[in-house]
Amino acid sequence: MSIKRLNGVHLKHFKNTESETTVSFPLSAKVILPMGQGMGAPCEPLVNVGDKVFVGQKIGDSDKFMSVPVHSSVSGTVKELRDYALPGGRYCKAVVIESDGKQTVDETIAPPEIKTADDFIKAVRESGAVGLGGAGFPTHVKLRFENHVDTLIINAAECEPYITSDYREMMENPSDVYDGIKLMLEKLNINRAKLCIEKNKPKAIRLFSKMAAKDSALDVVTLPSKYPQGAEKMLLFTATGRVVKENELIAAENAIVVNVSTVAFINRYIKTGMPLISRRLTVDGDAVGMPCNIEVLLGTTIKDILDYSNAKDYRKLIMGGPMMGVCMVDPEAPVIKTHNALLALKSDTLYKSTPCIRCGKCIKACPMNLMPTELEKAYHAKSREQLTALRVNLCMNCGACSYVCPAKRPLAETNCLSKEFLRNTAQK
Amino acid sequence: MEKLIVSPSPHQRGSVTTQKIMLFVIIALLPAIVAATVIFGIRALLLVLVCTASSVLFEFLCRKLMKRDNTISDLSAAVTGILLALNLPVNLPFWMAVLGSFVAIVIVKQLFGGIGQNFANPAIVGRIVLMLSFTPYMSSWLKPFWYKTADLTTSPTPLAAEWVVSYSSSSDFVGKITPPVSYMDLFLGKTGGCIGETCALALLIGGLFLVVTKVISPSTPIAFVGTVAVLTFIFKGDVLYQVLSGGLLLGAIFMATDYVTTPITTKGKIVFGIGCGIITFLIRNFGGFPEGVSFAILLMNLLTPYIDKLTKTRPFGFVKNKEVKQNG
Repeated sequence: MSIKRLNGVHLKHFKNTESETTVSFPLSAKVILPMGQGMGAPCEPLVNVGDKVFVGQKIGDSDKFMSVPVHSSVSGTVKELRDYALPGGRYCKAVVIESDGKQTVDETIAPPEIKTADDFIKAVRESGAVGLGGAGFPTHVKLRFENHVDTLIINAAECEPYITSDYREMMENPSDVYDGIKLMLEKLNINRAKLCIEKNKPKAIRLFSKMAAKDSALDVVTLPSKYPQGAEKMLLFTATGRVVKENELIAAENAIVVNVSTVAFINRYIKTGMPLISRRLTVDGDAVGMPCNIEVLLGTTIKDILDYSNAKDYRKLIMGGPMMGVCMVDPEAPVIKTHNALLALKSDTLYKSTPCIRCGKCIKACPMNLMPTELEKAYHAKSREQLTALRVNLCMNCGACSYVCPAKRPLAETNCLSKEFLRNTAQK
Repeated sequence: MEKLIVSPSPHQRGSVTTQKIMLFVIIALLPAIVAATVIFGIRALLLVLVCTASSVLFEFLCRKLMKRDNTISDLSAAVTGILLALNLPVNLPFWMAVLGSFVAIVIVKQLFGGIGQNFANPAIVGRIVLMLSFTPYMSSWLKPFWYKTADLTTSPTPLAAEWVVSYSSSSDFVGKITPPVSYMDLFLGKTGGCIGETCALALLIGGLFLVVTKVISPSTPIAFVGTVAVLTFIFKGDVLYQVLSGGLLLGAIFMATDYVTTPITTKGKIVFGIGCGIITFLIRNFGGFPEGVSFAILLMNLLTPYIDKLTKTRPFGFVKNKEVKQNG
């Protein structure tokens, strides 16, 4: 293997909330539940205005494979079906439910019956699980691999600054994490699991190393604290030395990668039958008076959380980490399944780009070994040939290049435009 | 409430800026400036000031004239000025130095679009133009510490100096060859030459600082100096003498590592360094000039786009010779 060490950047961690025990966020008067809360096709609403719904009741589903159902997080009455703007600019429906304050659980909620691997995967679909690490890939799709998988990689890198929601999951519910891993190994017939934790979380590493010592199927891998170590391809390489070839999926290298909070959730679902209606969220940023970790019902508006955490004078709201998170346009937007952090920042330094001085820092930072500065030139030259030759499609938009650029050029941002350009000009 | 800011990720940036990088280069050049002042007197410092001030002024005027954003605050013009000065003899008339700054900043840098756009190292071209235009001035070297003794006789640079061969008896065919300048004098810079090139110690301190602060990668200087050393060794020359004399260290550490005019990948930097080393060796030993570092770097500057083309990185998971599927 020619690659010995992955590129990346060392970021300041800002894990201010790492010792903040998760608190349950109070019930809001209403929740907004978008029908698309992750990758894949948005659902169609199964309820109409005026319908009574209960906690855990399925309110949206789709017949598409790459899709995950949505469940009500409260009991109450459907008030409105409205359009909801997805971050990519498309729209989907959202169900607005007024809570009756009773949180009556849907009576059909019961632990799913599982006999075969197929039952398990179907149950995972019914649970509404998507990758809770932020990307929101439908978990059931990931589990339905075709070739032999020998390694289950559990992603507990949490390499983005600020976010501690996965870490708190591990510290607060270690048995759910452990049992979830065992469950997945057993149901999917995978030999071994590697729980990958960045070395800036020594307590979690110690805790799970103790468990792994008694279990030959589980390894704990200590990852370097180098961003973006939590990206699937980087994680697989560090944990196993395997390189995912371009245009291949992780499964082609006989492994799957699942986020640690997702694993713990699946374990809870199999035990109780309660689908994904809430999630852990780190609330932080310099505008937040009380940085915290909260367990919040999906559909709760960001505004409520900002008020709760004493956020003041914020100018920028980010769902996710500062490297890959998405800016929020509207504080009235709801928390959805993919949100692992809410950052409220007072100011945003808007950098002025200066000419590239060819320092090559972007190339040394790119985990995919791409040449961001060359890609930028190729984009401005509108050269399909160059963009393709330089493999812009391998860019996962981690932002490491933009971060290190001394000329503050929008390199990662340009790669997004390049990918869009290639899509739009593809020969039909 | 004020409107929220919406921008694409990443939402945080590193603290390194172009200005900071240039500032670090200036800091790294300070030992050499101090050494130049000690060895060649206050006029050396004045020369540095004249070159720096004129470079910055030319940059300022050029940007003004071209109605572009002013870039003097990125400090790159100051770096060019200092580097040019360090490549000049101490008694060069100031107006010539200013002319050198003009060539470097106006012709080489700004006419090609300013920082990041020039294909050749401005300071090097400035020096070469002066050398070809005012050869007598550019090759008259006052002795070190001339200002103490008011001795205005000149001495050759270590590379141009005659090697002394002493025979112990008239029948000896093999004489004892001693270098015209001792290694210690070369290391400390007590010899004739451009004001900034003589003191190897000061240059090495600066280079170390740049490597430690990750401003430069050590690949270029190591490849450059290493190639000269290896070739000298193969051709049975005096390796240490060749490495410590002339503009090799100044060029290898500060000029061959210029981002803009040298290859961008580590592989490319090594190729560049080796190329510089070969050309320097050839000029020094077989060419018409005693020194060839400037020409070597300039020639390799011209090859940089081609080196870049051949030394691209290999993407993670790269598959060769395949039809790349497009999205959509």
